[in-house]
Amino acid sequence: MSIPLTLTVNGERRDLVLEDPRVTLLDALRERLHLTGSKKGCDRGQCGACTVLVDGRRVNACLALAVSLDGASVETVEGLAKGDALHPVQAAFIAHDGFQCGFCTPGQIMSAVGLIREMREAGEEIDVERVREGMSGNLCRCGAYAGITEAVVDAARADSASETREKAA
Amino acid sequence: MNLFEYTRAASIAEAVTAASEPGAAYLAAGTNLIDLMKGGIATPSRLVDITRLPGLDRIEPQPDGSTRIGALVRNSDLARNAHVAKTYPMVAEALLAGASAQLRNAATTAGNLMQRTRCAYFYDPASPCNKREPGAGCQAIGGATRIHAVLGWSDRCIATHPSDLCVPLAALGALVEIEDAGGRRTVPIGDFHLLPGDHPERETVLEPGALVTAVILPPEAAAFAGHARYLKVRDRTSYAFATASAAAALTLDGGRIGAARLALGGVAPKPWRVAEAEDALSGASPDDAAFARAAAALVAGAKPSGPENAFKVELARRTVMRALALARAGTPTRMPALPASPFSHAAGAIHA
Repeated sequence: MSIPLTLTVNGERRDLVLEDPRVTLLDALRERLHLTGSKKGCDRGQCGACTVLVDGRRVNACLALAVSLDGASVETVEGLAKGDALHPVQAAFIAHDGFQCGFCTPGQIMSAVGLIREMREAGEEIDVERVREGMSGNLCRCGAYAGITEAVVDAARADSASETREKAA
Repeated sequence: MNLFEYTRAASIAEAVTAASEPGAAYLAAGTNLIDLMKGGIATPSRLVDITRLPGLDRIEPQPDGSTRIGALVRNSDLARNAHVAKTYPMVAEALLAGASAQLRNAATTAGNLMQRTRCAYFYDPASPCNKREPGAGCQAIGGATRIHAVLGWSDRCIATHPSDLCVPLAALGALVEIEDAGGRRTVPIGDFHLLPGDHPERETVLEPGALVTAVILPPEAAAFAGHARYLKVRDRTSYAFATASAAAALTLDGGRIGAARLALGGVAPKPWRVAEAEDALSGASPDDAAFARAAAALVAGAKPSGPENAFKVELARRTVMRALALARAGTPTRMPALPASPFSHAAGAIHA
């Protein structure tokens, strides 16, 4: 069995041929495209370490079959920084010390990027409780939640402020 | 995960034909199915991918006042849809209280109806389970039963249905639209899920190959928008299945209850709705005494399926009481920061 598959990954068209339909999006990214930023934690949709954006929405890459996503656009943590310039959410995680071991961090950051987009689209108020609730699909076994929450709140407020400036301009 | 054939269906007819083959299963987001396959619990020989089927991803208000929700509408899109959030607020609140944001972005409406129980013995291939293997026995009975049923269970199976969405759908009398080789039909959601009885392996009325194409909220479901809440009691504030949950909706007319809708989740093999409980509220003053009568009627006949879940009878009763009190207070103008949570920092929150 050989299954051709095309994904747009971080803006770049990637053609793959799967020999087996069992390959998840996470395994396609890590094992075939060698994008190992997305992490395999539980591999069962419980920890969020594999979080990526598919067509702009955050999902668990471990629970999606790659073959079913043929034609989709995927954003991973590797695509966030522009050269040496970190994405604002990455910078916020550093500024607020939002990690300890770092294993969950790519998933946390991609989830935060997705959450901030969702909040912007919904015009939702940014507060600590809504951010915590919105990030509950990402576990951190080091327990760096305090810093993670501060980082996401800060990045969300900065995003909201830039949106206000864009509207005013 | 076992090897399977993969078919991407281009039409409903093609999907139904492919899925009628023994061993075939439908794949939408796969958030439950892929997990079950990784654990060796589900072993389909063919997956029929329905994600490209046209027309099933729409939310369509109808001229008669009903709303048709396509089977492939994602949980997050349903919850954030302005018409749904305004007209059926407890549907939105239940959705946002379920799973995680990542799962809600993927999981579909029909997939929510079709999700399997979270019984740990069902998930453990080493444990006998009558759902997985009819006649094998049930390891949950006599085991760790804290999350198991207190209503509707049988001596073959004590598992619960884990859905949040299905609870307000049941309360609002939703219809499930089904397409199979014989054509299209609708089934009330109350008849869609089956009690375990002697055949816990049969969980829904669907015959092999049958496809859920939509969920329809009938015209009368729109009457409850002003007083409708979902309340979910769980072991952690977010990203946990319900220990007990309740959907409660009222119409209030001159200090009296006009109509009432009520259903329980997390405590039975299907969303639990009892006509007597709603009858106890119709025409009554919306006070705690009426709520107590309704809650008692809803949990009538409840019986622990193990010593560890005896507390759930009283928890279910109190959850219903509190959901009714929240519904009486009125649907909040904004979705709470913690949807359906008994914990709230909001001023004036009811802590029954």
